[in-house]
Amino acid sequence: MSWSFLLRRLLLAIPTLFGVAAIVFVLLRVVPGDPIAMLIGPGATERDIAELRRLYGLDESIALQFVYYLEDLAGGNFGTSISMRQDVMELVLGRLPVTIELCLVAMLVAVGLGGAMALAGAYWRGRSGEAAVDGAAGFILAIPDFLWALLFILFVVVFALDGLPISGRIGHDVAFRGATGFLLIESLVRLRFDAFGSVLLHTVLPAFALALPLAAIIARVLKASIAEAMTQDYILMARVKGFSRARIVCRDALRNALVPTVTLTGVQFTFLVGGTVLVEKIFSYPGIGNMAIDAVINRDLPLIQGLVLTFAVLFIAINLLVDMSYALLNPRMRHG
Amino acid sequence: MAEAAAISGASTAGAHGSAARRLLANPRVVLGGAVLLFFALAAVFAPLIAPHDPVEQDLMLQYIPPVWSDKAEPGYLFGTDNLGRDILSRLIYGAQIALFVAVAAAAAAGLLGTVLGLLAGYLGGWVDTVISRLVEIWMAFPAVLLSIVLVAVMGTGLHSVIIAIAVIDWTRFCRVVRAETMAQKQQDYVASAVTVGLGRMHILWREILPNVLPLLIVLFTLEMGIAVIVEAILSYVNLSLASDFPTWGTMIADGRKYVNQAPWLMILPILCVIALVLALNALGDGLKDTLDPVMRK
Repeated sequence: MSWSFLLRRLLLAIPTLFGVAAIVFVLLRVVPGDPIAMLIGPGATERDIAELRRLYGLDESIALQFVYYLEDLAGGNFGTSISMRQDVMELVLGRLPVTIELCLVAMLVAVGLGGAMALAGAYWRGRSGEAAVDGAAGFILAIPDFLWALLFILFVVVFALDGLPISGRIGHDVAFRGATGFLLIESLVRLRFDAFGSVLLHTVLPAFALALPLAAIIARVLKASIAEAMTQDYILMARVKGFSRARIVCRDALRNALVPTVTLTGVQFTFLVGGTVLVEKIFSYPGIGNMAIDAVINRDLPLIQGLVLTFAVLFIAINLLVDMSYALLNPRMRHG
Repeated sequence: MAEAAAISGASTAGAHGSAARRLLANPRVVLGGAVLLFFALAAVFAPLIAPHDPVEQDLMLQYIPPVWSDKAEPGYLFGTDNLGRDILSRLIYGAQIALFVAVAAAAAAGLLGTVLGLLAGYLGGWVDTVISRLVEIWMAFPAVLLSIVLVAVMGTGLHSVIIAIAVIDWTRFCRVVRAETMAQKQQDYVASAVTVGLGRMHILWREILPNVLPLLIVLFTLEMGIAVIVEAILSYVNLSLASDFPTWGTMIADGRKYVNQAPWLMILPILCVIALVLALNALGDGLKDTLDPVMRK
């Protein structure tokens, strides 16, 4: 993988981000509905309203507003949230680490669970074990992440599993104020295992809800790739050498089956990140997904724009990482 | 010409007959269809079978547990919610909304996506470039976030939900129909139609579209499942209908709020959503298995 490849991809991201910014900007403004209306108290006069419109730049034409918006964006200014009256960039950056940690934990769960299912299915190929893996994957996939989230909550309440928290990110009784938003990593580095345990416990259910659909997809694709790899000559060679079936599946076949799975996992990971919008809301988990729903309900235009752009940046970054890892895993792609 | 048409007509009639037999022999189609029919009947006959008014509140009858609990009240099979409304009646009326949104949204998304997909696949050239690029940009948006933004922008209500689903999900139809149209374009019957001198639009609508139809039925069924989920999501975040209206999503949202007092509020609407979605998926997959060979021939 060369630097020019990386540079080209980064440059290509600019028009995509511009497109996303433009579509969201126009979409939010061409339709009726006044964001100022929610800001003002009942006693506000016409002049107060006009004053506020001017303050937020809503009195200009849409085209001019967009030009100003782009100017601000280029200068790193994402505007001021209307409902929280705080800098959008600050708000988003404050919440972003929460979502990133949640997504990474979910990703680990998905890869672990999906990988285990795929290996089990490949090991018991053609027997009832494979059918069980296929059935489980099909069932998991049919139910979307937000329903899994709700089912988990129901499960915890009905069976009184008080040890598993269903809302928030850290226990109220844990005195831990992180210097960064990355509580999981920071608590571990600072050896605060009480805080680490509390954050991890709060993350378990949302992470599993997000991870299950992806785990099922990984299980399916990886199992199919392993099955294909198992028909190759080098597997026959390994058999002739007398290696055990478990070793052949887990070492020789798996390594060669990884490339399609990595690509697909990356693409599907963007869906996982999109899923945080609802799953965080359901578990009152304080990340950017939760914030996005509140911003939409409050018609907080600058915050919605900032959050959608943030999600777009995350998606582009994930796709870039996927392409890079693809190049690393597959030597033939390195000079593409 | 007339003779050729008669022969092809007879052969398609025969294919349809065997397709119907094959459909009934497919367990997924039968099972999915039966569950769908069950919900459809509940939706159509809701006013006749619902034991109570779904929006009638009675604070004297709050939190009655369902029939499997020993504190259950007769006449309230699945209990009542935080405002004393009968859960069974709300579920029955909820089926109306879920199915209406599913059919309308899948039809709207299907119409938009099919027209664009047919045009892109058949005409090719700049039309294909423009439409394909549009699909790519569209798919870069996070779907859930986009639907929430769209409904917030259009205002709450069923029509917004339907439009939002159509605006987001037309790409699913467009991509598949475009690819299938390109494949159909290579078939001999299209070449003969061109030789006979039929117009391009005639070939597209009267010759190619009927051959894409089995695929469309499959996509439509699967899209209905997606629409049921999206409607539940939007009413969960309170963006679909006014909250006293009985949608499954609002019932789930109410249940989440009072989950500690009354966990049963959430169970049944979640099970309804899952049952309907599983049924639609099974039906769609079963149809795909059954219709695909017909289509290929």
